[in-house]
Amino acid sequence: MKHKILHLLRDNARLSAAQIARRIGAPKSEVAAVIKELERSRTIVAYKAIINPELVDEQTVEAVIEVKVRPKRGTGFDDIARRIYNFPEVHSLYLISGGMDFLVFLEAKSMKDIAHFVTEKLATLEDVQSTGTHFALKKYKKDGVVLHEAESASRLAVTP
Amino acid sequence: MSNRRMPAGGRIARHVSALPPSGIRKFFDLVTATPDVVSLGVGEPDFLTPWTIREQAIYEIERGRTTYTSNHGLIELRRALSGWLEKRYDAAYNPADEILITVGASEAIDLALRALLNPGEEVIVIQPCYVSYAPTVVLAGGKPVIFPTHQKDGFRIDFGALLPLITRRTRAIIINYPNNPTGATFNRNDLEQLAAFACRQDLVILSDEIYAELTYDARHISLASLPGMKERTILISGFSKAHAMTGWRIGYACAPPDIITAMVKIHQYTIMCAPTLSQYAALEAINECDDDIVSMREQYDMRRQFIVREFNAIGLKTLMPEGAFYAFVSIQNTGMSSEELCAGLLHDEKVAVVPGTAFGACGEGFIRASYASSYENLELAMERMGRYVARIKHDAHKGAPCRHNHPHGMRMP
Repeated sequence: MKHKILHLLRDNARLSAAQIARRIGAPKSEVAAVIKELERSRTIVAYKAIINPELVDEQTVEAVIEVKVRPKRGTGFDDIARRIYNFPEVHSLYLISGGMDFLVFLEAKSMKDIAHFVTEKLATLEDVQSTGTHFALKKYKKDGVVLHEAESASRLAVTP
Repeated sequence: MSNRRMPAGGRIARHVSALPPSGIRKFFDLVTATPDVVSLGVGEPDFLTPWTIREQAIYEIERGRTTYTSNHGLIELRRALSGWLEKRYDAAYNPADEILITVGASEAIDLALRALLNPGEEVIVIQPCYVSYAPTVVLAGGKPVIFPTHQKDGFRIDFGALLPLITRRTRAIIINYPNNPTGATFNRNDLEQLAAFACRQDLVILSDEIYAELTYDARHISLASLPGMKERTILISGFSKAHAMTGWRIGYACAPPDIITAMVKIHQYTIMCAPTLSQYAALEAINECDDDIVSMREQYDMRRQFIVREFNAIGLKTLMPEGAFYAFVSIQNTGMSSEELCAGLLHDEKVAVVPGTAFGACGEGFIRASYASSYENLELAMERMGRYVARIKHDAHKGAPCRHNHPHGMRMP
């Protein structure tokens, strides 16, 4: 049941416990309890809307920054990661394999703000060796959802 | 312009004039004339063809794969298909002379019947079934002999009742499992009985296994994998359902070489070869899409259980379908005929389902609801149907005629 609930919520976080209960054929109270437990254990961490930034008046700029760091003895990358992800501008942070160590996803009001963040905050961290900043020009797909024309099958209404 | 009088019945051949139009077609016209319909009447997946297949087809266009292929179909595709059928169904076919790639499973059925039948020979058609079987037999010069199956038997074949229908002109039986419209399938015991019957009566079986990959609780067993059955089986399938490729029109037939050779003879004069691009797309489907099939099947499975619960909850008895993506719903306790109920439901609540009679007279008392539709659609449709059924039962209790809800003009033609 946990698996089924997660499956449904991953596609549509706004489903109510009653709707989920109806779809999977379980009592509503049981579904609600499982969801509560999933939230409590932080299996479900948050529910958010996916927004197409082009259709919102408010201007935002997004950038992806590759960061190379010197890992710390004892705590490895986690301490450095914490110093980076606690900045509110950072909306995602991954430790990655390959030549670079971190991918930092930034969201800010302007290019100037991003430049300021990188040069003043990020590059000056003592363990950061180098950074490479890539500004996002257009967002096509986010969390499995295509932002513009959604495809749908145009089926005939009745077929054998 | 000639004023010569047409022969009685017009200039269309008598056996074509005499064919009844598909029951689905009549209903289709009714549905398309009604705005804002929620349709559970669709006999195809609600998924688009997996992107990797579409992307491969684009690449093949760029590579200029636009010429004819062998009449049999691309040898690479036949080889891949042979491997797939052996691996998944334990059905071994030689790609050189036992596999023919066709324009959908529909062409394969047509070719098989035309290859087998002498004028007037008979084919047993197990109903309820896909709408094209009996007409295709007629068009091949044969005579369809209808054998009805029933919900109380799980839509399985009662061979004792079938035996008297076999004559010396009977050449073949057409079966379809998992079944459209009932969702029933055959287990090993059913198939062994069928095999023994076919051997005793020396019949060929056209086994339409197009929904094989959409079998939910058990594994699909191909008739051709039973001992001694490959010799008398024409296995028919295609990519439309499990790979969500309906519009590509790509299917296949597998049979002993003498039958495939005869089918290729007709195919080469009428079709030449299946569309080249669709053949390459099918090759990609076989090679790359096993995970897509699993994920689509899982989603159908959840909706299957949902819709069966919902129908039973609104008081319409529905067996759990074992395969395909249809629920075959009994409406007998409403006191209405299938067509009346479908027309009334469409008129009053704008929900389209298909009357069971479109699939044979024994489908009376049933409707077919496809659950190849989004949860949102299914929920909306079930709410409306629940309302409709409650109302007709309420009216029936009051003694009012349950058919007064829809004007005569909305009745099924």
